[in-house]
Amino acid sequence: MIRKLTFAAALMAATVLSSAASAKTFVYCSEGSPEGFDPGLYTSGTTFDAAAHTVYNRLLEFKPGTTETEPGLAESWEISDDGLQYTFKLRPGVKFQTTEFFTPTRDLNADDVIFSFERQFKADNPWHQYVAGAAWEYFNGMGFPDLISSIEKVDDMTVKFTLKEKEAPFLANVAMPFASIMSKEYADKLAADGKMNQLNQMPLGTGPFAFVAYQQDAVIRYKANPDYWNGKQKIDDLVFAITTDAAVRYQKLKAGECHLMPFPNAADVEAMKADPNLKVVEQEGLNIAYLAYNTTQAPFDKVEVRKALNMAINKQAIVDAVFQGAATPAKNPIPPTMWSYNDAIQDDKYDPEASKKMLEEAGVKDLSMKVWAMPVARPYMLNARRAAELIQSDFEKVGVKVEVVSYEWAEYLERSKAKDRDGAVILGWTGDNGDPDNFLHTLLGCDAVGGNNRAQWCNEEFNKLVVQAKTTSDQAERAKLYEQAQEVFKREAPWATLDHSLSVVPMRKEVEGFHQSPLGDFAFEGVDLAE
Amino acid sequence: MLRFLLGRLAVLIPTFIGVSIIAFSFIRLLPGDPVALLSGERVMSPERHAQISHELGFDRPMITQYLDYLGGVLSGDFGTSIVTKSSILDQFFVLFPATVELSVCAIILAIVLGIPAGIFAAIKRGTLFDQTIMGTALVGYSMPIFWWGLLLIILFSGILQWTPVSGRISLMYFFPPVTGFMLIDSLLSGQSGAFKSAVSHLLLPTIVLSTIPLAVIARQTRSAMLEVLGEDYVRTARAKGLSPFRVIGVHALRNAMIPVVTTIGLQVGVLLAGAILTETIFSWPGIGKWMVDSVFRRDYPVIQGGLLLIAGIIMVVNLIVDLLYGLINPRIRR
Repeated sequence: MIRKLTFAAALMAATVLSSAASAKTFVYCSEGSPEGFDPGLYTSGTTFDAAAHTVYNRLLEFKPGTTETEPGLAESWEISDDGLQYTFKLRPGVKFQTTEFFTPTRDLNADDVIFSFERQFKADNPWHQYVAGAAWEYFNGMGFPDLISSIEKVDDMTVKFTLKEKEAPFLANVAMPFASIMSKEYADKLAADGKMNQLNQMPLGTGPFAFVAYQQDAVIRYKANPDYWNGKQKIDDLVFAITTDAAVRYQKLKAGECHLMPFPNAADVEAMKADPNLKVVEQEGLNIAYLAYNTTQAPFDKVEVRKALNMAINKQAIVDAVFQGAATPAKNPIPPTMWSYNDAIQDDKYDPEASKKMLEEAGVKDLSMKVWAMPVARPYMLNARRAAELIQSDFEKVGVKVEVVSYEWAEYLERSKAKDRDGAVILGWTGDNGDPDNFLHTLLGCDAVGGNNRAQWCNEEFNKLVVQAKTTSDQAERAKLYEQAQEVFKREAPWATLDHSLSVVPMRKEVEGFHQSPLGDFAFEGVDLAE
Repeated sequence: MLRFLLGRLAVLIPTFIGVSIIAFSFIRLLPGDPVALLSGERVMSPERHAQISHELGFDRPMITQYLDYLGGVLSGDFGTSIVTKSSILDQFFVLFPATVELSVCAIILAIVLGIPAGIFAAIKRGTLFDQTIMGTALVGYSMPIFWWGLLLIILFSGILQWTPVSGRISLMYFFPPVTGFMLIDSLLSGQSGAFKSAVSHLLLPTIVLSTIPLAVIARQTRSAMLEVLGEDYVRTARAKGLSPFRVIGVHALRNAMIPVVTTIGLQVGVLLAGAILTETIFSWPGIGKWMVDSVFRRDYPVIQGGLLLIAGIIMVVNLIVDLLYGLINPRIRR
């Protein structure tokens, strides 16, 4: 009996994909359950994939596969000469999704945009605390409460944001998931029915896919939005099959139970590449791992010493040992997928002999130092302890004694900020909005000394460039400034740049039109399945 | 009998309070701050941290928080998740049927295979048959569940392609849950093939989850049988000329069942613990996975509410086992 059943099951499993293909159902084996469906409330990529990139749109969108922005719900925009006023002209005729739980009676207008932002920062907005402990973490984390002076409706299809100071990354910020545009009409209906909580459970937006149902920890179902302003999707249904274990996701992909999966185990990637039914795409993630010297403490206040130590580190060995190749050695503080990446820069060559000589010339003898190793694995550094040990042995070869230290994670983050910190710190960063400002100014600007700037490095020339870039609106001009800033960075060497980890995405051969996002998103607008 | 029942119930109250204290305090002993985790890697300013802690009530004295939680529980309010912002009781009732379905199937499989295996091993004591069964049971008992589950997936789903890899039912079937039990809902849905699909998805997780209870029940049955088979009344029964089937099936087995029933009752706790791993491997949307996720997210209300609900169920099951025990063996009631 059991045997009979299992054969029946086998037959069925085999037919799942073929029947799915005829109905054009795209199955994504997602790595976890979304925390909710209101992207403003959360910070995790899992939640953004399930809510922001399916159901919603933003004023601007990231061009698929890049960190550049393009018009989204805003058809065009104007920036005032003083750089403080952003006036967005909304795209006409954008329809909200019609679902079983709500039928919209009007198109997108300025009220929706104002509602989507005001609920996040006006404490007197009835939606500000519609769920207990709503933290609006990204809105606050990106500094919006201190940045936005007002949001006004100019007319039904025009919205004006007035900022308190110049902020060029503002356009990239409004393309981030937390800035998703919701339907005010839907929200009003929920409020009138006393079901405000439903905004976080049954989302409704203007995006390519309309929400159908969520079974907790199991499945999320969407159907293509037939009224989508950017054209109806080629697939009919989109399903997220929640599968937390990476090895199981791989088995499901192999068996054809899903078409695409995120975050494979590094050990499985070779076999995936060899499988004729699968294809694998990979690119550098939007991240950097670094070793930050304390540039205010002798002898690390000397450029020659920092340079010499950088030349002593065998980055390739770290990438091989810690990532089994799923990373690339970094030469710049921003990843290669980011606009303004300066590829002309030459990395400090790995050369222990030259390094030793430079240290001698700088008058450094019998140096002993601490290297801090993070206690946790992050995407940009899977095993900091191992990396620290490799750096320890590299430095020993040039006559520098290293003691590896570590603290509990929260303590580590806190202590490593101290201006009088002893030793060099291994740490990293994953970008938020694809804007170079989010790396160069956030991590290396003078404002960040004693905070995110773990090198305690305040270089006037560098800081002038990144501040100027932050307040310049023209992207080409900004790119030039950031390219120069990277040159200054390389010359001054406040960090040893260690690696950018790769993001690897395996999928079935028949998947077409998937753009791997440098921002780490999994968005399925435009995907198709070959017959 | 009534006195026995009341006595058992009286013990439940301090146990329940004890569990609530443990659930409340243990999660707070773990390093990691739920409010800081809400902001992910972004650094939250101390003012915002204080504000959110206040909104969630984490800035009040521990004892006030505990009494609030206990008061809520007694009035049926288990609180709200700080992550998903939805009611804990609602989530529990959505997820619990999945765990029950899997656990019931697993325990049935364990009993159906474990008891006969134990009986035969006892009858054939010392033979190759006995040694094989007990050896297998020992292996089953020591098997790391995670590894075992993955191994079965790779063999049956990956290589042989006999069973689906994970989930509760094929994604092509979509119907709203009625009872939450997929086997029942798939029949109610009237969609052809849905029930078969639900069964095929249940097979591997059931085997994995039943492995340890199966081994325990087989070993317990064997040793209980061996003890009983040496008793005077069994010898008497044999001397009376009763058939071996009657001697073993009626005289011996009924008495041997007493410790076995207790063991089965205790397996409920084991099943729920095993469900945590089994559910994670097979993407089975039950309470085990829910608890693990909540621990990682330091979702205090879910952990303390969920643990209490799970402990409550284990206590009730054990109470029922105790009562059954009393029925089988009248001496216990005194």
